[in-house]
Amino acid sequence: MASQEMEQLVRREYKEGFVTDIESDTIPPGLDEDTIAFISNKKGEPEWMLEWRLEAYQQWLKMTSPSWAHLDYPPIDYQAISYFSAPKRDEDKPQSLDEVDPKLLETYEKLGIPLHERAALAGVAVDAVFDSVSVTTTFKEKLHEAGVIFCSISEAIRDYPELVKQYLGTVVPVGDNYFAALNSAVFTDGSFVFVPEGVTCPMELSTYFRINAANTGQFERTLIVCESRAQVSYLEGCTAPQRDENQLHAAVVELVALEDAKIKYSTVQNWYPGDEDGKGGIYNFVTKRGECRGDRSHISWTQVETGSAITWKYPSCVLRGKDSVGEFYSVAVTNGRQQADTGTKMIHLGEGSTSTIVSKGISAGRSNQSYRGLVKIGARAKGARNFTQCDSLLIGDTCGAHTFPYQEIGNSTATVEHEATTSKIGEDQLFYCQSRGIPEEDAVNMIVNGFCKDVFQELPMEFAVEAEALLNVTLEGAVG
Amino acid sequence: MLEVKDLHVTVEGSEILKGLTLTINAGEVHAIMGPNGAGKSTLSAVIAGKDGYEVTGGSITFEGRDVLEMEIEERAQAGLLLGFQYPVEIPGVKNIYLLKAALNAQRTARGEGEMPAPEFMKLIKEKVAFMKMDTSFLQRAVNQGFSGGEKKRNEILQMLVLQPKLAMLDEIDSGLDIDAMKVVADGVNSLRAEERGILLVTHYQRLLDYIVPDKVHVLVDGRIVKTGGAELARELESRGYDWVVEEPAA
Repeated sequence: MASQEMEQLVRREYKEGFVTDIESDTIPPGLDEDTIAFISNKKGEPEWMLEWRLEAYQQWLKMTSPSWAHLDYPPIDYQAISYFSAPKRDEDKPQSLDEVDPKLLETYEKLGIPLHERAALAGVAVDAVFDSVSVTTTFKEKLHEAGVIFCSISEAIRDYPELVKQYLGTVVPVGDNYFAALNSAVFTDGSFVFVPEGVTCPMELSTYFRINAANTGQFERTLIVCESRAQVSYLEGCTAPQRDENQLHAAVVELVALEDAKIKYSTVQNWYPGDEDGKGGIYNFVTKRGECRGDRSHISWTQVETGSAITWKYPSCVLRGKDSVGEFYSVAVTNGRQQADTGTKMIHLGEGSTSTIVSKGISAGRSNQSYRGLVKIGARAKGARNFTQCDSLLIGDTCGAHTFPYQEIGNSTATVEHEATTSKIGEDQLFYCQSRGIPEEDAVNMIVNGFCKDVFQELPMEFAVEAEALLNVTLEGAVG
Repeated sequence: MLEVKDLHVTVEGSEILKGLTLTINAGEVHAIMGPNGAGKSTLSAVIAGKDGYEVTGGSITFEGRDVLEMEIEERAQAGLLLGFQYPVEIPGVKNIYLLKAALNAQRTARGEGEMPAPEFMKLIKEKVAFMKMDTSFLQRAVNQGFSGGEKKRNEILQMLVLQPKLAMLDEIDSGLDIDAMKVVADGVNSLRAEERGILLVTHYQRLLDYIVPDKVHVLVDGRIVKTGGAELARELESRGYDWVVEEPAA
């Protein structure tokens, strides 16, 4: 990879831009049934899992890549991607942190991941995924006491096969869309969370992972299940190093909430966005869906997205249960030449179901951002209610913001509200603030944070701080 | 306090200020009048530090400091505040938040530390009442949906809160009805103090009936061609600007 391009000065110095110097157990690029068998074997999966994967692969072969998004990118060569990369170490899983490759730990140190006792005091359990393999899962014991299962999806397939079989693919079926099918065939890791009846998970669960080896797509599969009256808050945050080739990230996240259960899923995403010309960033094509299966169940998605060259995701809720609640709070920031086509789908099936959508898009530089939202009220969803607020903020003169709201209302007793605003930060506003003594950077932050407040207050505390910082860094130099 | 010496300013290739000289001492209220295009707004914009104005000669000093060497926010922090002719809207930022950020930015720059919240609220409420505004406006976004008159009142309110050393008010009376003008004038008059200078840029004499200036300057074709007392303004009102231009240069 050309080091010249690596050295290209990006206005925002991507501080996580470094590469861990570890020999990776990477297989050659290409995708066929052997690749899948290799992955399944490496993971020590049971037969039924391999069959599941192969079936997904067959479906994928019959599908074509969707092209309806308001995005512009070169076609992806799926045969040029390597589908497995694990850090080289003993076949046996390390029993304690002492046994983990010290270089790996150094990586986590740099990323600020709390993998030691300090983190215990903070009360955050971390499932740290390095490339395609889970290195360690902390605080298993504490969660075990509460009866909560929190482990890598690979472990879950081996240790809790019945649970996995019961729920995997029930929210996002294998043939749901092109990238979900691909993910189902080649997923290499992710998280599994199971909270039994009546239990409130004693701590916020968190996952950090990064893509390391060049040309390795990351296919993460996460499944979170809350039985009735169970509750959990899950934080997902990602970083990735500076690379030249585009890296594909096609994850699938499934959430299941039974009666009176509540799942809160928060994401602060910081993928490498590509340089000033849009080269070398991450492609983030993700399928995230939660099903409020039980009555009065509650699923809430909160996200702050500031990375990726291309973002394509619609965290959604299927509101099956009566009086179930779905929420979506999002701040999406694009700068440079980033592109994003994101939004949400709220599918109301149950009577009395309610949903809230608050989407804030900030575009700067030459970026382009689209909000695409679907509110669908089924014929039997008597008295269903939705409130949508979709705001765009444009910084400068060369960016774009677009909105594609869809409302399909099949029941006449439903109430659906939609509000939208578009505004612009220009030099005039900054001069106004500066002429009152407020320094330019503070002025931009003030304006942007005021804009995002509604969403930030939905984030768990530690994420809210990170989110604000991320926003400020992303928008450095965005005006003028 | 403020010394402008032989200032030459070019905007988009044309010279607008052609050697302007002006001195404002603390405790004085100065008015600048003149025909359109003379450069009145240019003067205050340059002092405040707005982009797009090229200073090709001359100097501006404020309390001995070279203003042209200072960043925009530094000038404001030093006490040089501009009241805009066309205040801009800032959606998403509440008025109260802007006031707080501005006040604290200035206090911090002066080494005073931020103002405690209860004290701040008291101060704000007092000034809002004085300007005969409703406290509900504090929760609204800056200037968003404001009428012209409300925007001007907001400018004065900010002055009352931020207590500048030199307040430059650019056509603060434009777009105001008599009642609004009285309120604005009361606000400006309450700013009068021994340690404070006020510069009023105005097109019409009317405002000067309410805010009586110590000195009136006539700005024609980029230079101050005549200076007088308050009665000069009334003379301009009845005779126009032409007679000033025709007089031999002072």
